[in-house]
Amino acid sequence: MTTRRDFIKTSGFLVVGFSVAGDLPLLAQGSGAGPYPDVDFRQLDSWIVIRQDNTATFFVGKTDLGQGTGTAFRQIMADELDMPYEKTSCVMGHTDVTVDQGGSGGSDALQTDGYPMRRVAAEARRVLLDMASAHLGVPVGQLTVSDGSVSVGADPSKKVTYGELIGGKRFNVTLTGSNINATTGVAKLKDVQQFRIVGTSPQRYDIPPKVDGSLKWAVDAKVPGMVHARNVKPPVAGAKLVSIDESSVKGLPGFVKVVSKGNYVAVVCEREEQAIQAARQIKVNWQKPATAPFPSSEDLFSYMRGAMPTSSAAPIVVGNPDTGMKQAAKVIEADYEIPFQGHTSIGPAHALADPSNDQLTIYSNDMKSYGLRDGVAEFLNMPRDRVRVVWLEGPQAYGRTAADDAGFEAAFLAKELGRPVRVQWTRNEETAWDTKGPAFAVKVRGGLDANGNLTAFEYDARAADYNHLGYNEHDTVLISQLFGARRAMPARGSAATPNEMYAIPHRRMTAHVVSLPLVWETPVRTGNLRDPNGPQATFASESFIDELAAAANADPVEFRLKLLMAATDDDSGFKRVRSIAVIKAAAEKFKWDTRPSPQRAGGGDILTGRGIAYAFRNQTVVAQIAEVEVNRRTGHVWVKRMVCAHDCGLVVNPEALRRTVEAGTLYGLSRALHEEVRFDTEKVTSVDWVSSPTLTHADTPETLDVVLVNGDPNPDRPDLPHYGAGETMCKPTLAAVANAIFDATGVRIRRVPFRDARVLAALKTRA
Amino acid sequence: MANFSLRVNGRSHTVDVDPATPLLYVLRNDLDLHGPRFGCGLGQCGACTVIVKGEAVRSCIRPVSSVQGADITTLEGLAKDGTLHPLQQAWIDEQVPACGYCQNGQIMTAKALLDKNPAPTDAQIRQGMAGTLCRCMTYYRIQAAIKRASKTIASARNTPGSEVIA
Repeated sequence: MTTRRDFIKTSGFLVVGFSVAGDLPLLAQGSGAGPYPDVDFRQLDSWIVIRQDNTATFFVGKTDLGQGTGTAFRQIMADELDMPYEKTSCVMGHTDVTVDQGGSGGSDALQTDGYPMRRVAAEARRVLLDMASAHLGVPVGQLTVSDGSVSVGADPSKKVTYGELIGGKRFNVTLTGSNINATTGVAKLKDVQQFRIVGTSPQRYDIPPKVDGSLKWAVDAKVPGMVHARNVKPPVAGAKLVSIDESSVKGLPGFVKVVSKGNYVAVVCEREEQAIQAARQIKVNWQKPATAPFPSSEDLFSYMRGAMPTSSAAPIVVGNPDTGMKQAAKVIEADYEIPFQGHTSIGPAHALADPSNDQLTIYSNDMKSYGLRDGVAEFLNMPRDRVRVVWLEGPQAYGRTAADDAGFEAAFLAKELGRPVRVQWTRNEETAWDTKGPAFAVKVRGGLDANGNLTAFEYDARAADYNHLGYNEHDTVLISQLFGARRAMPARGSAATPNEMYAIPHRRMTAHVVSLPLVWETPVRTGNLRDPNGPQATFASESFIDELAAAANADPVEFRLKLLMAATDDDSGFKRVRSIAVIKAAAEKFKWDTRPSPQRAGGGDILTGRGIAYAFRNQTVVAQIAEVEVNRRTGHVWVKRMVCAHDCGLVVNPEALRRTVEAGTLYGLSRALHEEVRFDTEKVTSVDWVSSPTLTHADTPETLDVVLVNGDPNPDRPDLPHYGAGETMCKPTLAAVANAIFDATGVRIRRVPFRDARVLAALKTRA
Repeated sequence: MANFSLRVNGRSHTVDVDPATPLLYVLRNDLDLHGPRFGCGLGQCGACTVIVKGEAVRSCIRPVSSVQGADITTLEGLAKDGTLHPLQQAWIDEQVPACGYCQNGQIMTAKALLDKNPAPTDAQIRQGMAGTLCRCMTYYRIQAAIKRASKTIASARNTPGSEVIA
């Protein structure tokens, strides 16, 4: 039996990262040298520790991907508990000491997981008030609580702090709930009007250590005796390993071992630079596949349009689209193309696995640390309670770490070598082989009546998304595929339909998935990329709405508002009226000039224009307006100004949210202007920051305005929900920019990204 | 392997490594200075930036043998006597980082920029920072923070008796 004090001694690295050493004896969960049983979410002590000095630490099963969610968790929990924010701290995502809330994904940290956090904090407050009542000899109803101190309303000199009541002791309170999201005590949540910390903007606690260099990241993890590994990937997709000439590296300084299984090859050396050199130098004989693994990226869309779908979603039909289209006075149609776009993390995949004590500890930035634990246990056929994942901060990559290649590889190699192994991918490996957002080919048709009203709409999407990668699955993670694992039924994948609330009398929306020839062991593999499929579907639909507005000679904002106001019903989250609110807010902030697009081109080399697009994701609604300058000599597009109006319900930390929305908007801009996975018929050819460019400082808009909107029809309702805010803002950006380019030039760009050469070619075609 | 003497953040160190070893791995693995980070190993992204003899240098492609004896400053060496460099303070005041992985490169590149040009124009900031990448896209706030730090440094220089650590 290990104690939590053992944990402190055996995990020196952790203690540096988080000052939780003193709290661990109070947690419900055990820890230390192992084993690591699941943390019991039905114990209040699993979530909250209060010390004698009246400070509190919250233990939550989420991870913060740089959007300030850790700070927000402290705010909502401190507020429900009535503790000052400054006296709280937060530990996230360590599978052996925090409850399993699944880590991050889907921007659900506040929307979903925030509620059990609030409820357990409220329950702790209730229990503490009961304790204070007994301590002070006064009924609970006569007590007031503020800043972690309970006092008698009639005689404020009689008081006791939380720390005095519970410090150094356990709550020993059992919670209820059939699953972790349902975790609850008996206390009621506060009304919005009672919040004191939610809605304010304490600075993010993770920023100072990120700025002074003191934070310990997953990439910094070190343990005694560790060695360094680098992978050796097949040079051509689908290649088979024939032989390895170990003598090509055996004499190198620091050489430890070549490890191979199936088509997986890694070299291990004592020092990092030695492993890098050995991976470059090793001679490996590969056999090319008999047939091409994929078409080239130049031929991708014609291939996708000609391919037989592997699956098709049930069509979404409103009214009678065939009749509607026939009766239309004017019908237009268009094809849109969005290439594969990579996660391309600024920091390639990395992890350190330590097999000491016959357990396995993985130091990882995996956003879904619990999934990594479960997946690795299955992958290595180990009992789950002998594996733990210590989550530490890492480079954000919008879904990349949910299928944590390096974590599995480090775990495998550590078991093979019987010593701690650190793995890090190279830049070329990461950019070529990371997971991608699927390419989309979309055909859209619209019918306008004689008055320019949109009466019929057809949307038909094809996504190259077959065998879409799951989260840390032991049999689909890349190393497992390279070992030779094959699922009988690969994941079907999906192709999205647009997320808008337009009332169109007749509509049909269909979505199909197609497969590239090579399904397994391919670098052109898809996974969840920030708002999966949203930017692709929205680029097509919101560009086309703009085309319809132009065909109707209508202003793009007014055309959209008319479609939203044509209905009077709404969903339970009031998404339709909130859509109207964000579009109006964006137009007002931008000082939108009401007129049809395009505007009449002026003289000179620089053409300017503005475009709007809007979308929702779950219940979060966003409208964006871009103002562009297009250089008609070079084709260069500069988005000079952006406005983003954003409604995610109750805002926990407005300043942190503003920055997340700003950065997410620019991320959308990067996908609009730069990002594309290129490949020939053998391999990915966009492999570094030159061949796979991204947005830079030089592209940054001069002005970037974020408008936080509360468009709820009852904005002051006491139960105003807090929705997710990590993804929606990058959804409409591609279309907003394309629409602005059209407004400036009269030329419609229907293919992402809008690089100079493509825009210039389109301008020349028009001229 | 060979011995190399390095002067990093005002302290002297001797390391025994292959002469071709990129400075990045010596800083991170031998000297435990984790500010500079691996991003590409190609000198393209800037995450590994340190300052060598006043210049922003990509430590991932700089052999350790080429910096022997030179004054090297890493992110950890910017603060003086417990006071953050004005750029670091501006980064906190503007709440710049998202994930923060690239911010070492952003801050160190900005440091070299301001050392040469204490009052850069917006265009000079864009141009000077253009090769330092951020995949969270915190560029807008980085530029605001550079302008803020520039003002702080200027006002401190104009205040008699105040010390500027830039």
